[in-house]
Amino acid sequence: MKRRHTFLVSMLGFGFAFFYIPILSMIVYSFNESRLASVWGGFSTKWYVSLFSNKQVIDALILSLEIALVSASIATILGTMAGIALARFTKFRGRLLFSGLVTAPLIMPEVITGISSLMFFILMAQWIGWPAQRGFTTVTLAHITFSMVFVTTIVQARMLQSDRSIEEAAMDLGSRPWEVLRDVTLPVISPAVMSGWLLAFTISLDDVVITSFTTGPGSTTLPLLIWSKVKLGVTPDINALATLMVGIVAIGVVIAGIFMNRAEHRRQRDEQMAFRANG
Amino acid sequence: MAAAGEPFLRIENISKFFGPFQAVKDVSLNVAKGEIFSLLGGSGCGKTTLLRMLAGFEEPTSGKIFLDGRDMTGVAPWDRPVHMMFQSYALFPHMSVEKNIGYGLKHEKMSAQKKASRVREMLELVQLVPYATRKPHQISGGQRQRVALARALARQPKLLLLDEPLAALDKKLRERTQFELMSIQQRTGVTFIVVTHDQEEAMTLSDRIAVMDKGEVKQIGSPGEVYEFPNSKFVADFIGSITSFPATILERQTGQLRLSVPALGGEVMARDVPGLSEGQEATLAIRPEKLLISKDRPEGANAFQGTVKDLAYFGKDSLYRVILPSGVLVQAHAVNATRGGEAARVADWDDRVWISFAPSSAIVLAE
Ligand SMILES: Nc1ncnc2c1ncn2[C@@H]1O[C@H](COP(=O)(O)OP(=O)(O)OP(=O)(O)O)[C@@H](O)[C@H]1O
Ligand SMILES: [Mg+2]
Repeated sequence: MKRRHTFLVSMLGFGFAFFYIPILSMIVYSFNESRLASVWGGFSTKWYVSLFSNKQVIDALILSLEIALVSASIATILGTMAGIALARFTKFRGRLLFSGLVTAPLIMPEVITGISSLMFFILMAQWIGWPAQRGFTTVTLAHITFSMVFVTTIVQARMLQSDRSIEEAAMDLGSRPWEVLRDVTLPVISPAVMSGWLLAFTISLDDVVITSFTTGPGSTTLPLLIWSKVKLGVTPDINALATLMVGIVAIGVVIAGIFMNRAEHRRQRDEQMAFRANG
Repeated sequence: MAAAGEPFLRIENISKFFGPFQAVKDVSLNVAKGEIFSLLGGSGCGKTTLLRMLAGFEEPTSGKIFLDGRDMTGVAPWDRPVHMMFQSYALFPHMSVEKNIGYGLKHEKMSAQKKASRVREMLELVQLVPYATRKPHQISGGQRQRVALARALARQPKLLLLDEPLAALDKKLRERTQFELMSIQQRTGVTFIVVTHDQEEAMTLSDRIAVMDKGEVKQIGSPGEVYEFPNSKFVADFIGSITSFPATILERQTGQLRLSVPALGGEVMARDVPGLSEGQEATLAIRPEKLLISKDRPEGANAFQGTVKDLAYFGKDSLYRVILPSGVLVQAHAVNATRGGEAARVADWDDRVWISFAPSSAIVLAE
C-alpha cells in the first residue's frame, strides 16, 4: 500500500517536472544577460527592452490580441447559442447530425481543420471573389469555427446541470422564450459563458497550425513570429517573448479562477449562514 | 364569461401518451371557483403530467381543458392565467427574494409604484418582509417555499397549481405550512389544485380529492367521502389503513346486505351498496378505528370472538392485534379516554375478547 503510494506520488512528480521545468527554464533564461541561450551570463532585462522597441513584435502582438478578442467574442455568441440549443431542444430533426458536426472539430487534427479552412477560402475566392486576400479576416473566421466548439461544450455541460424548471417558471409567469433566455437562462449560465470566452481567447492567442494555413502576407501573429524566429535558433529574446505569452495566459486563467472560486465560496458561506439562522 | 352552470375548470377526457406509454388515461374532472382540489396518488401515477398539461407545458394527446369557459388548447404557457408552484420551487437563483416575487409583474401594465406595493403586499402575506433583499440561497427551505408561493400569487392567477408544495419540508413545518396555505387561499380566493402523494396532507387541505392510480382517476369526492365511502379496493387501501376480507353476498334486504365472511367465521350485516347482486363475490373492508373491542359480548350483529395476540400502547390510543379462530389477524384501535396508563386498557395479552362493528361501518366493494 505504502509503496504504491510513493510510486504514484513520484510519477505525478515526474509528470509535473516534465511539463513545468521547460517552461521555468524558459522564463529563467529570458532574463539571461548572455546572447547564447545555453550559457548563463547574469541577470538582465535587456531582451524585454529590445522586444518592446521592435516594431515587428509589437505589430504581431497587437494583431494576435485583435484576432483573439474578435474571434473569442463571436465564438462565444455562436457557441453559447449552439450549446443552449443542444441542451434544451432534445428532439429536433437532425439533432444527432448537428451535435456531431458541432463537436467534430474537437477531435479533428488541427492540420485537417487548417487545410480545409484554406481550401474553403481559396474556393470562395474563386467563386465569389472573396476573400481577395488572406489575413486578419480569414484567420479570425478559422479561429471562430474551431474555438466555438469549446464554448459549445462548456455551455452545454452547464445547461444540462441547471434546473430546467426555472426556465419553465419564467415562462409560466408570462415570459416569452426570448425573455426567458434574457432574464433567466443567460444570467444563470454566465460564468460558463465567461470561461468559454476565456478558453476561446487563449486558444486563439497561441494557435500556430490553423493560423499558418489561413493567414496571408503581412499578417503575422505572435506565435507565428516566434515560430519563424526559432527556425533561426533559440535566442533569449524569443524566451522573453514566450514568457510574455505565458504571462498573459496565466494572468487570464488566474483571474478567471479567483473569480469563480470566490463566487462559489460566497454561495457556500451564505447557504451555511441561512441554515444556521433558520435551522 | 362562463356560461351558467359551467364549472370554473373543466377537464374533458384528457389523455397523454409519451411514445407508447400512456401517462394519463381519459381523465375528466371539474373544479369549482375558489376550491382547494387535490390530486392524490402514488409515485408515477401521472399527477405532475396532468398539472403540466394545465400549465401548458405539455399538450394533451387527446381531450380538452376549459378554464373559465375558454378552451385552452394551443394556448402557450405565458398566455395562461394559470401559475404553478414547482416541486423544486424553481426560484431564480440570481434574483433577490423581492425580484423573484415581482418577476411576473413585468408583464402587467401597472405603474412601478403599484408593482412595488404589490410585491410588498405579497412579502407581508408570506411574512418575508425582512428577507426581501436576500438571494434564494441565503434563506431556509421553508422560506424558499413561501417565496415560490408568493411569486406564483403575485400576478393574481385565476388558478394556482401546486406540485407537492410541502414535500421538501420537515413534519413540523409541513403541518404549520398546511394551515398557512389554507388561510392564504381563503384570503386570496384563488382556486388551488394541489398535487400530493401524502393522503393526510390531502385530507387536511382539500375541499375535494381526486385519487389517481396509473394515470386514471379512481374516485373524486370530499375527504369524508373518499375515506368513508371508497369505491374501490385501491382507494380504500390508499387512504388510511384498512383490513379487508373476501366475502360472498348472501342476501339483499331493504337497505341491508347479508354477507358470508369465512375469515371472520360467520355472517356480516352491512349497508346496501347499489350494483351488487346475490351470490356475487365481494370484499368486506373495515377501518381499524371502526372495530370495537370488548371483554363481554356486545349487543347487535357483527360480533366475533378472538384472542389478543399483540398490543401496542401509543399514549392517545392503543392498537390491538386480535387473532380469530380462522387464523386471521385483525387490527383494532381503542382510544385511551381515561387516564390510567397501561393498567386501564380494555384487554391484555392472551385475553379472550369480542370484536364488533356497526353494519353502517362495513364497506362492501364489488371486487
Ligand atoms: N417527458 C416524459 N417522457 C416519458 N415519460 C414520461 C415523461 N414525463 C413523465 N413520464 C412518465 O409518466 C408517468 C407519470 O409521471 P408523472 O411525473 O406525472 O408522475 P407523478 O404522479 O407526478 O409522480 P411523482 O409522485 O413521483 O412525482 C411516469 O411513469 C413517468 O415515467
Ligand atoms: Mg410529480
